[in-house]
Amino acid sequence: MLKATLKTKRLHSTQSVSDTPHLPQLSREVKFTVHTKTTLSSFQKPEFSVPRQHEDFIWLHDTLVETEDYAGLIIPPAPPKPDFEGPREKMHKLGEGEATMTKEEYTKMKQELEAEYLAVFKKTVQVHEIFLQRLSSHPILNKDRNFQIFLEYDQDLSVRRKNAKEMFGGFFKNMVKSADEVLISGVKEVDDFFEQEKTFLLDYYSKIKDSTAKAEKMTRSHKNIADDYIRISATLNSLSSDDSTANKKHLEKMSDLFEKLRKVEGRVASDQELKLTELLRYYMRDIQAAKDLLYRRARALADYENSNKALDKARLKSKDIPQAEEHQQQCLQKFDKLSESGKKELTSFKGRRVVAFRKNLIEMAELEIKHAKVRSSIQLYYICFIMCTNELQYAWGICKILCEQI
Amino acid sequence: MFVLLCFQSGPASLTTEDLSTNANGPKQASLFDDDPDDLFAEATEEVSLDSPDRDVLLSDGPSPAITPMTPPTSVITPRIGHAHDDMFTHSSFDEFCCVLWLNVVFLVPGDGMNAYMAYKVTTKTSMSLFKLREFSVRRRFSDFLGLHSKLASKYLHIGYIVPPAPEKSIVGMTKVKVGKEDQSSNEFVEKRRSALERYLMRTVKHPILLKDPDVLQFLESSELPRAVSTQALSSAGLLRMVNKAADAVNKMTIKMNESDAWFEEKQQHFENLDVQLRKLHASVESLVLHRKELSMNMASFAKSAAMLGNSEDHTALSRALSQLAEVEEKIDQLQQDQANADFYFLSELLGDYVRLITAVKGVFDQRMKTWQKWQDSQMMLQKKREAEAKLQFNNKPDKLQQAKDEIKELEMKVQQGERDFEQISKTIRKEVGRFEKERVKDFKSTVIQYLETLLQTQQQMIKYWEAFLPEAKAIS
Repeated sequence: MLKATLKTKRLHSTQSVSDTPHLPQLSREVKFTVHTKTTLSSFQKPEFSVPRQHEDFIWLHDTLVETEDYAGLIIPPAPPKPDFEGPREKMHKLGEGEATMTKEEYTKMKQELEAEYLAVFKKTVQVHEIFLQRLSSHPILNKDRNFQIFLEYDQDLSVRRKNAKEMFGGFFKNMVKSADEVLISGVKEVDDFFEQEKTFLLDYYSKIKDSTAKAEKMTRSHKNIADDYIRISATLNSLSSDDSTANKKHLEKMSDLFEKLRKVEGRVASDQELKLTELLRYYMRDIQAAKDLLYRRARALADYENSNKALDKARLKSKDIPQAEEHQQQCLQKFDKLSESGKKELTSFKGRRVVAFRKNLIEMAELEIKHAKVRSSIQLYYICFIMCTNELQYAWGICKILCEQI
Repeated sequence: MFVLLCFQSGPASLTTEDLSTNANGPKQASLFDDDPDDLFAEATEEVSLDSPDRDVLLSDGPSPAITPMTPPTSVITPRIGHAHDDMFTHSSFDEFCCVLWLNVVFLVPGDGMNAYMAYKVTTKTSMSLFKLREFSVRRRFSDFLGLHSKLASKYLHIGYIVPPAPEKSIVGMTKVKVGKEDQSSNEFVEKRRSALERYLMRTVKHPILLKDPDVLQFLESSELPRAVSTQALSSAGLLRMVNKAADAVNKMTIKMNESDAWFEEKQQHFENLDVQLRKLHASVESLVLHRKELSMNMASFAKSAAMLGNSEDHTALSRALSQLAEVEEKIDQLQQDQANADFYFLSELLGDYVRLITAVKGVFDQRMKTWQKWQDSQMMLQKKREAEAKLQFNNKPDKLQQAKDEIKELEMKVQQGERDFEQISKTIRKEVGRFEKERVKDFKSTVIQYLETLLQTQQQMIKYWEAFLPEAKAIS
């Protein structure tokens, strides 16, 4: 059993007077703590923690990709860099607009900013954790030596990282560049299963990429609406404090209403992002990893065919036949190995994808319902309040409305 | 469908007998010493009145005139009927009973820019002021502007808050004239129709303005002389601009000794209100824009999700994704409708009030001008008295008589000036009281209508997501 979990600390600037969160400029400022629990004897202790940076995850991913033995596996996609661009922009705008805002508006916008910052944090932790969990649950990958080092080595990994870079030097990366072309053109596919998978994955990838982009736009619109609600709420508040007529209470209540609505709106935006957008984003990357597997296999097929041609040539020339034969055998073996493990991986990938979509879609629908209900009850409450003059009537009103709803 | 209910508390004894009496004086007093809490008593659909006009108004809005222009589908038209109920109950409480609404009739063809949009104004009333109980006339936009300019010239300077007319829009109108029958020109026409309707309703709700012969003529007579002075580039238009500039300069130079704290407080209040309402209006406009964006983004996501569903080879997941696409599409339509509600209820209301507050501030300025006139005549009188004293000293009998006559004239002028000032101050107090009352009612009823739309949207959203949930669970 091997279980790895991730923790990280929120960063606070020690120097500034205000308590605005310190937004990391560089990804190495985000420090993760990887906590491992295991019963495997290959580890020295049953439970231990190490500090890690984002770059360490990337190093681990790259070494796995470049390991020949794993060519037939879908390597879990590398977690993306922690991106605090959104909150940073917001903080910038907040700083600029401070003069034109009222005190409460400023406080509320700051709250929104903190919420967004927290959301980015949650997202980045989640995505790094999923990466580790995929590795630790994969029967072959979890035995990888480098993975062990990643989990256990309690010193800074940056020295190791540098060496690794020099060794591999982006060798595989250059090959990855023309992956799609290799897949689409040229190589004649012998296996129906792989032919279907290729068509499916290529098509699905472009569709899911599109959906991810559109989902991101939706989330942004929700956030914009939440910001508008803040401003409206603040202005209504100022109006009500100036007002001495019967309107005063209405305005106060309306201001409250918008304040509550914007909290819900913000929640909706972040839930949608976590359940829908992140889901799509993750599977977009996973499909890319699957595509990488396909093209590695396609490359192996190409190599095998080339080796066949070389063998024929050697036979013609009657020169170096044994080497050519051996080379051809090696290529065939490699290709077969890739095909076999590739088939297994792709099948389990499909199952994994369906399960993840199901879980997230259900959760998203449930959250949307919950939020809509919350919004409804808030609005119901305010309508009643505004329409009724005293407590008794108000209570009467609520009862009647609830009865109507039933 | 969520049914709003409310009930009457106060004694609001609404009898039909009151509706026909024309008692102006004593009734007017009741407008101003209401218990503010009673305002809640009126804004309901369930108030039982036995007015004969009630039934007609409860029917869903006006019967649409046959028009080749297709009304924008996403406008919440039934609401206009609701608004009428509200105004009716208020008016009957005040004895004035006059309701009207506008329909767009058609674009009267003309060569190029001479084409114009005709509006049908239908009035329903039980007041003896009018010849008939129900009647309609055709008017065009410049007629409304003409009406406003006549009323402004008659009433503004004596302190009445004349509701401002909707603004001209050359761009919007041009598109319509050119014959573009698309969404945006339909929206423009509806926006204008709605604005004109609100303008007229505000004008007739004013007890003094309603009785004005120009207003009566506007509502009743089938032919109306073309108001040419409303054209922007006419000589009258230019004169207006010059006057406006002169006023602005004067305002800066008049230093009035405000002896009345009420006026000082009210002026400050309206200044603040102006700033806040403008800010609120800007935020609401931003909200409308963002909601429209959200709706667009949802629609494009829905399409994308549908395509993804098509690609998906796992059948149950594929179906779920298609269902997701459908849900998002339906919700995007909801958001679109909500954006329209945001606009027609909140944004337009706020826009109207921003302009109304400008009119209120104008009335305060008029009072200052009146005061200035009075002061000027007083100073003139002073000078003439000094001159008279000098003449007496120098013993010039013939010039003396002239001076005495002039003094007499000026004395009367000063008295008139003082009376004018007192009158305008009194009028403004009444007007401001009435305005604030109207504002409270207006905001309250609009807010309720708006919240209703918000609520409806949410209820629908719940239904859609609840329908989707089993589909998501069905993925095996």
